[in-house]
Amino acid sequence: MIVHFEPASEEGIASIVRSAASERVTLAIVGGGTRLGLGNPVRADRTLSTRRLSGIVNYNPAEMTMSALAGTPLSEVEAALEAKGQMLSFEPMDHRPIFGTSGEPTIGGVFAANVSGPRRYVAGAARDSLLGVRFVNGRGELIKAGGRVMKNVTGLDLVKLMAGSYGTLGILTEVTFKVLPLPSATATVVVSGLNDAEAAAVMAEAMAQPVEVSGAVHLPESVRGRFVGGSLPEGAATVLRLEGLEASIAMRAEKLAAALARFGPVSRLDAVQSKLLWAEIRDVMPYADGTRRPLWRVSVAPSAGHQLVAALRLQTGVDAFYDWQGGLVWLRMEAEPEAELLRRYVGALGGGHAMLIRADDASRGRIPAFEPQAPAVAQLSERVRAQLDPSRIFNPGRMATAA
Amino acid sequence: MPETIGFLKPRQAVLDRRREIIADLADLLPEGCLISEERGLKPFETDAFLAYRRVPLAVVLPETTEQVAAVLKYCSHYGIPVVPRGAGTSLSGGAIPQEDAIVVGLSKMSRILDIDLFNRTATVQAGVTNLNISEAVSADGFFYAPDPSSQLACTIGGNIGMNSGGAHCLKYGVTTNNLLGVKMVLFDGTVIELGGKALDAPGYDLLGLVCGSEGQLGIVTEATVRLIAKPEGARPVLFGFASSEAAGSCVADIIGSGIIPVAIEFMDKPAIEICEAFAHAGYPLDVEALLIVEVEGSEPEMDAMLESIIEIARRHGVVTIKESQSALEAALIWKGRKSAFGATGRVADYICMDGTVPLSQLSYVLQRTGEIVSGYGLRVANVFHAGDGNMHPLILYNINDPEDAARAEAAGNDILKLCVDAGGCLTGEHGVGIEKRDLMLHQYSKADLNQQMAVRAAFDPQWLLNPSKVFPLEGRPAA
Repeated sequence: MIVHFEPASEEGIASIVRSAASERVTLAIVGGGTRLGLGNPVRADRTLSTRRLSGIVNYNPAEMTMSALAGTPLSEVEAALEAKGQMLSFEPMDHRPIFGTSGEPTIGGVFAANVSGPRRYVAGAARDSLLGVRFVNGRGELIKAGGRVMKNVTGLDLVKLMAGSYGTLGILTEVTFKVLPLPSATATVVVSGLNDAEAAAVMAEAMAQPVEVSGAVHLPESVRGRFVGGSLPEGAATVLRLEGLEASIAMRAEKLAAALARFGPVSRLDAVQSKLLWAEIRDVMPYADGTRRPLWRVSVAPSAGHQLVAALRLQTGVDAFYDWQGGLVWLRMEAEPEAELLRRYVGALGGGHAMLIRADDASRGRIPAFEPQAPAVAQLSERVRAQLDPSRIFNPGRMATAA
Repeated sequence: MPETIGFLKPRQAVLDRRREIIADLADLLPEGCLISEERGLKPFETDAFLAYRRVPLAVVLPETTEQVAAVLKYCSHYGIPVVPRGAGTSLSGGAIPQEDAIVVGLSKMSRILDIDLFNRTATVQAGVTNLNISEAVSADGFFYAPDPSSQLACTIGGNIGMNSGGAHCLKYGVTTNNLLGVKMVLFDGTVIELGGKALDAPGYDLLGLVCGSEGQLGIVTEATVRLIAKPEGARPVLFGFASSEAAGSCVADIIGSGIIPVAIEFMDKPAIEICEAFAHAGYPLDVEALLIVEVEGSEPEMDAMLESIIEIARRHGVVTIKESQSALEAALIWKGRKSAFGATGRVADYICMDGTVPLSQLSYVLQRTGEIVSGYGLRVANVFHAGDGNMHPLILYNINDPEDAARAEAAGNDILKLCVDAGGCLTGEHGVGIEKRDLMLHQYSKADLNQQMAVRAAFDPQWLLNPSKVFPLEGRPAA
């Protein structure tokens, strides 16, 4: 039976890690366990959960920063922020719908997996909001990096390194992050009936307007009906979000609609519909289908997204929609994952990151979840890892690029 | 002046081979890319941290990534220290060389390689100036957001090295938030690419690690940065207060109210007088503290934001409010602020601190800063990015008076410790360089610092890249 540790203090974690390191016992690190499908499957001797390391440590709304223990439920963080009219600007996705997992996502897990949503391409990813961390390294030492101020270039930025390292470099025990005011108003401009290539051009045009678009997504006809209870207008929907002061939203929406009218019929969603739509986009609802059909999250240059899908369609059955102005493609394969084909095309279109999010066990065992890196970068990464977890006890295999 | 900050002792073996090394470098580079005579080396002996000077062994000015790679491979093979250099505008001594070092200057790599407006990116060589990027895309309605005061001269490579900020990063973030990718040369000569036009890259965030690493992990030769659509309009407004404390608490309230201006800049009375005398920006001279608050957007948006901000300022007893009425006035307001360091340099020698503090500590830290500096019998001018708590006390002194200089340095150290003790950090945007190196253990524990040094050693096990910087000279681990 796998032994499960649930230490309730940093020191508790550190002492478990020290003995694990000396005995070369490997540890699977989990928070809420809702995103364990991200990355490669982990085989470890023991599991260590940060769940009991929970609570908001410090929140000063006037400084726009919060510190919380890693195991604090995300819902608790978001509720505390909302009560003061603030939010996490990077809109972390909830992975439960696509994975069919249950439980409570933790704030530590959000940063460990650098989980971000539609606003990421203007407001930055989780890593851009992360100001400071405390973590236990593979020697069982408690390390702090960064701080709680907005600007800090004191020494090497280990904070960025920890974000998105999926628990393979250390166990986050506390995170300090920047928050932003909740926009007082939100609206969505919809352009209907565009094909994928036209939509890419429209989204680029929208981003060039001085109206501060904070979400640019194209929902082809195949997925359009899965959003807002099927109430989006007929045809593919290219949706552009505006957020900010009440007074300015109407005006910016008008300006944007006028700039885009020549491309197709333009309509608008109100605040309630907008909120629902963007939450559904964030959580990839069309592919929360209760299946394990292969699902990819592909990050490419925005101009390359639709070209990638068009090229794939000639070879295999795919369904897709586009976030980040076309630079994030959510891709569901009809049958096989087609990893080799997909990654070859990504490379040919200027490069990027095709990450396998979901597939059956056999495919996940065979296909590296992360895009393989250039050998020099992979070697360098390995040298960096060896400085944090020299005994290689944390989450073995999770970020491996060769299965 | 007596030097209190030490450098690593020059390697005698390297100094002894000087002639041979120069001949070898000449073979590696095209004509006109190597400087080795005393007179030519002199301009490279320091940067904007003028109190320290070291003439390097040689300076190379490569024209391509391949040439950078050849030089680094050579230096790593023979154990020769390397100091990367952009425009040499570092305020922390980040580009000051040492007697046994080769300076690798990126000034010849100043081409813009690709402007991609569809994807809103610019790919440029490391020697391109910060302002050049914005100028190249301005006519198309875009800009590059980080705007350090030295943006006319400083290079994107240097900005990446120091993770530079600027006045407008309250809204748009600092370099690391606007950097999409780099091409860089590792010390062994390997060329790698990190990131690119796609937002996400696989693996560890080495790009994030490299940004702000002060030239210790490799030499960046190309960068891809994010471009942003210019706002319809921008309007700076001056708010004068009868005390620094009132201005400081007004800043915290503006931020707490849910409005994020593009910039909130602070000046105290000495700074106002210095800048006004230089720039004639129309700053009020009868106030103790001045805030420049800039909002942007359409006219009605700016009106709405300013209305709220003015109301908050009134609650804090603002005595003067001056809205810019024209683009010319707005430009003058910023000219005054951005020339603050240069203008101060005309009045006295100064050292510029760069600690960041939590906003709630702003008033306290300002008050204590004044007390500390006057305790040393010196004067201080404060001009800084208040919205993100990034302080810049300028300690005025006479560089030719050794005692004065020693007092200035001591006052600076006390102020930085004050910032850390108030919950902040030693440096918000200028970098550690040599200046704050020996204070690192005030901010970090031994274990924290050892971890950073271990990661650094994974890139450069010999500790030869910009070796006298950032980390205390003692106790450096090999990889």
